[in-house]
This record gives sequence, structure tokens and C-alpha cells, in this order.
Amino acid sequence: MDHIVIDRITKSFGAFRALDDVSIRIAKGAIHAILGENGAGKTTLMNILYGLYKPDEGQILLNGRPLRMSSPADAISHGIGMIHQHFMLVNSLTVTENVVLGLEGGLRGVDFAAHEKRIRELAKSVGFDIEPAAEVWTLPMGMRQRVEILKALYRKADVLILDEPTSVLAPSEIGSFLESLKTLRAKNHTILFITHKLEEVMHVADRVTVMRHGRVTDEVDAAETTPRELAQRMVGRDVIMNLKRVKSAPGEVILKAEKLVATDDRGVRALDALSFELRAGEVFGITGVDGNGQRELSEVIAGLRPLDSGQIMASGHDIGPLDVKRRKDEAGIGFVPEDRQHTGLVLDYPVATNFILRDYDRQPASRHGLLDFKYMARNAADLVKRYDVRLRSPQQPVRFLSGGNQQKVILAREIEAKPKILVIMQACKGLDVGAIEFVQNTIFELKASGVGVLYISTELEHVLDIADRIGVMYRGRITGTLLPHEATSERLGELMAGVASEVV
Amino acid sequence: MLDWMILGDVLRTSLRLMVPIAFAALGGVICERSGVYNVGIEGMMLSGAFGAALGTFLTGSPVAGVMVGILLGAFGGAILAVLSIRLNVNQIVAGIAINLVALGLTAFLARLIFGLDATTKTLAGFTAWAIPGLSAIPFVGPIFFNQDPLVYVLYLLVPFLHWLLYRSAFGLEIRATGENPGAADSAGVPVYRVRFLCTVISGGLAGLGGAYIVVSQVFVFTEHMSAGKGFIALAAIILGRWDPVGTLLASWFFGFCDALQLNLQFANPSVPYQIFTALPYVASILALVGLYGRVKPPAATGLPYRRESKT
Amino acid sequence: MVRVVQFLFVTKTIWAVVLALLVGSILMLSAGANPLYAYASLFGGAFFDYYGFGATLVKFSPILLAGLAVAIPLRGGLFNVGAEGQIYMGALFCAVAALYLPEFYWPLHLLVCALAGALGGAFWAAIAGYLKAYRGINEVIVTLLLNYVGINIVSYAAGGPMMEEGAPYPYSPEIPSSLFLPHIMLPTDAHAGALVGVLLAVILAFVLKYTTFGFALTTVGSNPQAAKYAGIHVQRQMVVTMALGGALAGLGGAFEILGVKYRLFHMFSPGYGFDGIVVAFMAGANPILVPIAALFFSGLRSGAQFMQRASGVDSTVIDAIQGLVVIFVAASLAIRFGESRWGKLLAQRRALDDQLTPVEKKNA
Repeated sequence: MDHIVIDRITKSFGAFRALDDVSIRIAKGAIHAILGENGAGKTTLMNILYGLYKPDEGQILLNGRPLRMSSPADAISHGIGMIHQHFMLVNSLTVTENVVLGLEGGLRGVDFAAHEKRIRELAKSVGFDIEPAAEVWTLPMGMRQRVEILKALYRKADVLILDEPTSVLAPSEIGSFLESLKTLRAKNHTILFITHKLEEVMHVADRVTVMRHGRVTDEVDAAETTPRELAQRMVGRDVIMNLKRVKSAPGEVILKAEKLVATDDRGVRALDALSFELRAGEVFGITGVDGNGQRELSEVIAGLRPLDSGQIMASGHDIGPLDVKRRKDEAGIGFVPEDRQHTGLVLDYPVATNFILRDYDRQPASRHGLLDFKYMARNAADLVKRYDVRLRSPQQPVRFLSGGNQQKVILAREIEAKPKILVIMQACKGLDVGAIEFVQNTIFELKASGVGVLYISTELEHVLDIADRIGVMYRGRITGTLLPHEATSERLGELMAGVASEVV
Repeated sequence: MLDWMILGDVLRTSLRLMVPIAFAALGGVICERSGVYNVGIEGMMLSGAFGAALGTFLTGSPVAGVMVGILLGAFGGAILAVLSIRLNVNQIVAGIAINLVALGLTAFLARLIFGLDATTKTLAGFTAWAIPGLSAIPFVGPIFFNQDPLVYVLYLLVPFLHWLLYRSAFGLEIRATGENPGAADSAGVPVYRVRFLCTVISGGLAGLGGAYIVVSQVFVFTEHMSAGKGFIALAAIILGRWDPVGTLLASWFFGFCDALQLNLQFANPSVPYQIFTALPYVASILALVGLYGRVKPPAATGLPYRRESKT
Repeated sequence: MVRVVQFLFVTKTIWAVVLALLVGSILMLSAGANPLYAYASLFGGAFFDYYGFGATLVKFSPILLAGLAVAIPLRGGLFNVGAEGQIYMGALFCAVAALYLPEFYWPLHLLVCALAGALGGAFWAAIAGYLKAYRGINEVIVTLLLNYVGINIVSYAAGGPMMEEGAPYPYSPEIPSSLFLPHIMLPTDAHAGALVGVLLAVILAFVLKYTTFGFALTTVGSNPQAAKYAGIHVQRQMVVTMALGGALAGLGGAFEILGVKYRLFHMFSPGYGFDGIVVAFMAGANPILVPIAALFFSGLRSGAQFMQRASGVDSTVIDAIQGLVVIFVAASLAIRFGESRWGKLLAQRRALDDQLTPVEKKNA
């Protein structure tokens, strides 16, 4: 019997159609995976299921009855629990306190001992080895996730929605997490498992729905499919050789990374002895599923994140001891960060000021410690024109520019610094077609002029469009390097899922 | 230098000096635990003192005075709550503004209502109540169990607040709200209401602390009679690690240092008494730096909470 | 019509002040006084009376410098609640330099004393800056606590090692008269500190806007992540920013010694440091507006006596009005134009304009 039926749901945000006529049937007591790349509409769908968003069209049936929800509280009362990607836990409180929080209110005593006993039993019954009296901050991420699940179960949820549950886990924690999902299934809980990781789907899911651009592209039993097939459905199209591609003869190696090891913000290892080479006049694309160390790689090269071990050589010199500034000035490394609003720009500063953000303390942007506003205005007028930045005035805070124009500001700044190496992270995320074309043409021009471009993106199509070679990252390593004509969706899918690294 | 007589004396004094600080600081614990800095404690104490004087002046009953004092303090708390929780005004600026208003308004109204010779007219107040039996214990009895009724209220308040904070549903909501309002909100805790209530409670307790000065210590209202005790209370919260029992002990430490300092000023002027006035603050800073123990303020204190808007 | 509404919004701070004064007039009426007459004597005394204005300027100097001491760190993302303690430490360092250094060429000695004051304040603030930048300890709490440590250190110094023999009250001997700051409005006590303060406000506004140092400071305040990306040493900048704030407060303390008191008194500041917080807030942390807010505040303080004498309204009402001003201004700032109904209407209109006229690239 179907536990939940998602019936022809459509949801738009402005002109953007996040979900387009989506229908999914989820059986009781099954693990149902929803697979798709970032931006496929998975999270929007889950937020509808959890009562955070209202669908424009369509309905949700729970046990055959239409479900009306206007808040997460309604979802909980219908037995739907959601485990967010970012845990909603109070770290200074104990596990028990976190689970009990919000269940009771008012000036009444809470019998924590009784709750603790029941939580201990509940944890045991689903195979969680967890100490209810422990404070959450002392627990590793995997345990915290179980606390989130306990929170839902303690509220009698029989449907669990897990949004990218493994993205916050250390590799060593993933296996036991997937096992615990099986235990929950055995207890007849229905589990909706949103992910973009093929391997995990194959490991635990009973049924898989593949989504792409807000539509369902496939729905199959996990037993009847292969990772290769799923990857193909996820990526969506066969690779077409891009005719615009500019041929250029790659020069010498200008950036060489050897056995890079670094950790992410939580101290979990994000780069695991990663090595690659980049030549002058070459675009080396790095792709892979989000969260496999791409961001850390870009930051390590730019000098924003410390390297635990390994060596980065730029034009034959070890740049390890150089800070951000000297990497830019001496090693010629330009950097377009992933997070353009929080790292790449100061949103409250005018466009003209953002153009000199990384050169503010030297000529010609300033001299003798004084900023040269005349130069800044001239410079801004020039760059705005050449890079076709659409704005009212260069004195306008950059906050009010569109995403594409913000990206142009960063690109203009980084390119005008005449880099020898340019690291670009997620260059096209959230941009419209025109802006994407602009970015791509700019990269081609750089390549033609002999710059080595490291193009890191989760958006496979864009990587395929412009890269001369494509490295696929998986768990902090490059699992394989392909030439564009070798990069079929099957091969890429395999490498991205870490299924067949030995093939290459 | 300190014989038993003097020590007993200093301890008795320290307890009396502690009471207003302790009431205010305990309220502050509740408030800061919920995520709001109450820099307006000073003003709320002053309002409480004025309220106590007003209530006692009008009715002749110190009990009524204390009630009015608590009410006026709570009113100050409500203003802080509206400003900082509803309007997202910086909590510290709002607190300082409340201090200014309280300072001016109480002085102004006191002259208007009590007249210029207010400081000479003594109001009715509480006297010491010896608790039969307990007060007969040698040394300890006269210090702890021959005090006025509000001291006994304090004795009862501390275990109550401990229960409230760590054992009750409301306390759990308070602690969650001050650490991670987003998580509390998603668990269904009414974050704004919890913070509002805590700020009002803090104001009320600060008012009680101020009232104590009038009805149990000096029996008159004078301008700015809180004399910085509200800020001392803020330090006591830090030294007490945002915990009711710890804060009581910290307040007592402040009271003890104050008593010692007073004693030294008269008995032994060659010892620099400022060491004892400054000691509690230095201790608070050292505690923060981690020279002893791990002292961490509630993570979200001072930060306004805004629920993310949903489309 | 839209312009009128927008004008009302832009000037909302002024309306908030007017509202606070109106509430104040209710208090005055309840005391049986004529508010118009009271206010006239208040502002007349504070700003249009020679002696009164002199008295205003005496208070203006420390309030202005304390305001800057809060405003500058605020621009760098730090909240300095410790200007009061920094004033005391500045005064202490200055008094030591004035009393214990052998007398030498007076302009130079005066400068050394002022710099010593700045150094004292900077040192005191840098403690909090360091703990914030390298240990992650909340600077609000530390600066608040350090206030009382500073005040007590001065009490100890003025009542102990530096105390004048036979003084009835803790204060130090008088500093050499060659070190007295020049008076600017004889025979009032107004001294050059007020002018230096205004000059510093202008210089700081210039520094924040036009220098690379100011750029680094405000960038750390607006976006520390981007500041790191821009190559700014974020932690070091935080300590420097805090120290600069402290130096300004310390200078304020030094001017109290050199310009008004001529001795180190214990408890000499009536809370100028806390006034500074309020002043910086009212000025929106803009150094060029800090003198205006500080003048308004010091004017209320010194005009209070005139008002009391002329209209019989007790001067304490001014404290209440000051607080009310802050509350009303704070509340008015919380109402953001963009979020109001009028703001939305205007935004709609602008969007319409944009559609009618294609976006032009100006300055191209």
C-alpha cells in the first residue's frame, strides 16, 4: 500500500518553476530515494512535504487521504518528521533535553529521568548506540544526526524525510548511518532519502526517483538498475562536443598540487592526498558531486585555508608559505570564490570599491595610504564597459546588482590583475544564459592568452563545455581524469559515484 | 587582623550587601539565559527602589512597597523587551537608555511626590526576624537566620530558580532559546514570548533588589541610590557562570569584598581597599579567559532573533 | 506627496527627538511649569549664553571623544562598552606623565601627556580586542568589566601612591600650570580639548573614507570573510581597531586632567563613557555626526541648570529626557524605510521607471 502519494505537484518561485508536475508514490515501510543534482527541485519537494511551502497545484495523500498542512507543526502531528541538512539541535543541552524540547511548555516540572529512560529504550529499539545524558556538543556529527532522528521518532513520526543526510557525515560514519536506515525500515518506518550520491542509493534504497530540472525523469526499483544508468538519468543528456571550444597548445605545468591534505570547517578531512597538474593555456575542469572537497581545494590553492600536508608549486615555486595576498601578487593566482556574496564581494560597498578590493593598498588604487577615488571611478567606468556590467552607477552598492552582474564584477577584478593561474569555483551557479556565455567566452580568451584555468564546478554541462581535461573528485581525491570525448555520462557517473576509480 | 568577632560582623554585613545584587543578578541570569543582555538592570533596580518608597509612602506598608517596586522594575523590563525583541534595537543601547530614563524620572518624581525634604522622612520598613531554633546556632545562626524577610525570600528563590531553569519545561525553553533560537523555534518553542517573559522577570527581580535597599536598609529614597549595583549584578552573572547557585555565590563574593572593603576603610586605612572592590571584576575576567574552569556565555545572548521568512 | 513622506522618513531621527521633548514637556507640566519657557531657558542657556555655552563645551569634550571611541570600533564590527574605563586609564597615564616626568619644553610635554593618555586608553581597550580576536571572548562583556577595574585602579592611585598629602578626599597634587590646556572662551572653563575632539572627528571621518587603513577597518566590520580574501590580517586589525577606540577615550580622559581638573580625582567621570555609547549610536557610528550628537547631549546636560534656575523645573528631568530621546531615536531607527508600506510603494514606482527607460550605463 502506498503510504504517501505526491500527486501532480507544481511549485513556482516567481518565473522559476522549481517543481513541474511531479508525482511520486511512496510505499509504506520502504526506503525511497530521491536522486538528483543540486537545483533539481528535491529540497523544494521536501519542504512541501514538511509543510514549509504550499504547492501551487497538486496535492499530497497520506494513507489515501488528502493532507492539508500549513506549518511544520501540522506535519509532525501527521507523523511526518524531517531531518534537515543543518541540524536543529541546541548543542549545550543533553540529548534528552533536545528530544523533549518543545513537547511540553509552561511552569511544570519535566520528569527528565522518565523521558531519559524512554529515549534510551527507543534508541535501543532502533539500534542507536546513544547516551541520552550526553551533551550534544560532545557528540560526533553522526551521533547528532541520530539525535535528530530520535527527535522525530519520539514525536511518533512514521515518515522520516532526510535531506542530504550524509553530506555532514565523515566518511567513516556513513556506513553505520545507512545500516541504521535499514533498521528503521525493519520497524516499518517509511523513509524518504534525498541525495545526490549514487552509491548510497544503491546500498539502501528500495525504490529510486530521479529528478532533473524540477521534473521526474525516472522511477525504478533499485534492484533493477545500475549506478551507471542512474548517473545517466541524473546528468540527463549525452555529451555533445562543444563547437565553440578554442584549441590551444598547452604550455608547461604552472600549477602542481601534490598529495594535498586539508580539513573542512568542522575539522573533518576534506582533501585526501589529492594531486593534479595544470598547464599554461589549459582549462582543467574539476567536477564531482557537491561536498567532495571541491570548495576546500579552491581555498587551499588561493591561500584561504591552511594545508595540513602536501605541496603546491606555482611556476616551480613552493607557495605553501605565502598568504592570500602574496599568492595573488607573487604567484599570480586569481580566485573567483564559490560564495560570491560572502567572500568575493563586500555587498555594502560600491561597485567601484569592490573592483579594487584585493588591490586597495597599492598603486594605482591608493598611494601613500590614501585611496585614489579618481582612479577608482576611471577604473570602474572602464571595467563596467568592457565587462558589460549592468548597473545604475558604479557608486551603487554591489548588493543591488543581479547575480550575473555581481559575478562579472569579480571576474573583471580577478582577470584585470593579470593572473597566471585562475581558480574559478562555481562560476555559473545561478546565472542566466547570457551571463553564462559571457563567463565561458571570458575563460576561452584567458586560455588563449596562456592563463592556466582551474575550473571547479558541480554543473557538469558547463565543465564539459569548456574544459580541456576533466578531473572528477570523490571524497577528497581525484578519482579519474578524462578528455572531453571520453567523458560520456556513464564514465562520469561512475567516477562521481566512486564506483569504478580503477577503470581509468 | 580579623578575629572571629570581626569576621562574623563582616559576614553579616556581606549578606546584607549581597541581597540587592543577588536579586538583580538572578533575574539577569534568567534574562541572559534566554538570549537578552539586560544592561538596564541598574535602571530597573532604581525604579524598584522608587516604587518601594512610593508604595510604602502611600500605604504605610513595606509589603505594598515591595509589590510596587517589583511592578515598576518589571515595567522597565517590558520596555527593554519591546525595544530589543520587537524592534530589534541593540540590547545594550536600549539598556543604557532605560538607565538614563530611570535615573532622571525617579529623581524628578521623587522631588515632586516626596518633596525636597524626602531624605529626612523615614519610611516604614522590615526589621530582622530571628528564625526560632536556627538563629540560635552559634556563629552561623545570627549571620544567616537573624535577617529580614526579604533575605529569606532570597533563600527560597535560589532553589526555585534552579528548579525552574533545569527541571521545568519553561526552563528548558529558556536555555534552548538563549543557545540556539533557530533550533528552539523549529521545535515549536515560542522564542519571542520566552524572551519577553524572561526580560520582564529580570526587571521584576531587579526591582525587588532595589526595593530591598529602601525597605530593609535605608528606609528612604535617594537619587541614584542603586549606585552601580546593577552593573555589579551583571558582573556577578558572569562570575556565577549564568547559573542561579553560582550567581548567588558570586553575589555573595561581591558582597563580601564590599563588606571587607568597608571594614578596612575604617579599621585599617593603610590597606588599599580598592583591591577588594576591583577583585570581583578581575575574577570575572579571569574566569572568562579560562584561567579557572570553562565559562561560556549562552551562545545567542545579545543577538536579535529573526525567523527566516518563507516564501 | 511621495517626496514629503520620504522627507519625513529621512528626518525621522529629528522627529523622534521632538517627540521625546514633547513627552518631557508633559513631565514639566506635571510639575506645574511652562514647558516652552523651560525649553527656551534650557537651549538658550546651553547654546546662546556665553557662559552656558562654555559649560556645554566642557562636557562636550569628553562626551565627543567617548562617542568616537565607541563609533570607530563599531565601524570595525566591535562593540566597545568600555569607554568609561578607558577614560580613567587615559587620565591615569596622563597624570603620571604630567606629575612624574621632569618638566621640559611645555608644548612637547603637553603633547607627551596627551599621548600618554591615549596610550593608557589604547592599552585598556586592546586587552578586550586581543581577547576577542585571538580567544573569541565577547568584547562587550570584557570591556564592561574592565570599566570597573579601571575606575578602581584610579581610585587606588588617587587615594594611595599619588594622593596629595593631607588632602581631604582622594586626589593627586596639581599638575604644573604650564601643562594646562589653553582655554578657548575665557573666562569659562572651555578648553582646547573640544576643538581637538572636533578636529579628530573630521580626521577620523576622512581616515575611514579615504585611507587604506580606514578601508581595512571598515571591511573587517562589514565582511570579515571578504576582508581575509582581500588580504587583510583580520585578527590584527581587530586589536588595532579596538586600541584606536580606546586611544580616543583615553585622550578624553587626559583632557579632563589637562583642561578641567588639573589633578587626578577618583571617580571624576560622571559616566561620560556610557554617554559615548548613546552618542555613537545616535550618530549612526558616523564620526562626522558624532560631534552633533555629542553637542546635543552636552547641551542638555549643561542647560539643565539654567532651566532649573529660570523655570523651577528640576534639572533631573533632563536625565529622563535624554533617555527618552535615545529610546525614541532607537525605535525610529528600527522602522526601516524599505520595509514600510511607503517604501514598498516607492520601490514599485522605481521598478516601473526602470522598465520604461532601458538601463543606461552611466559614466561609461
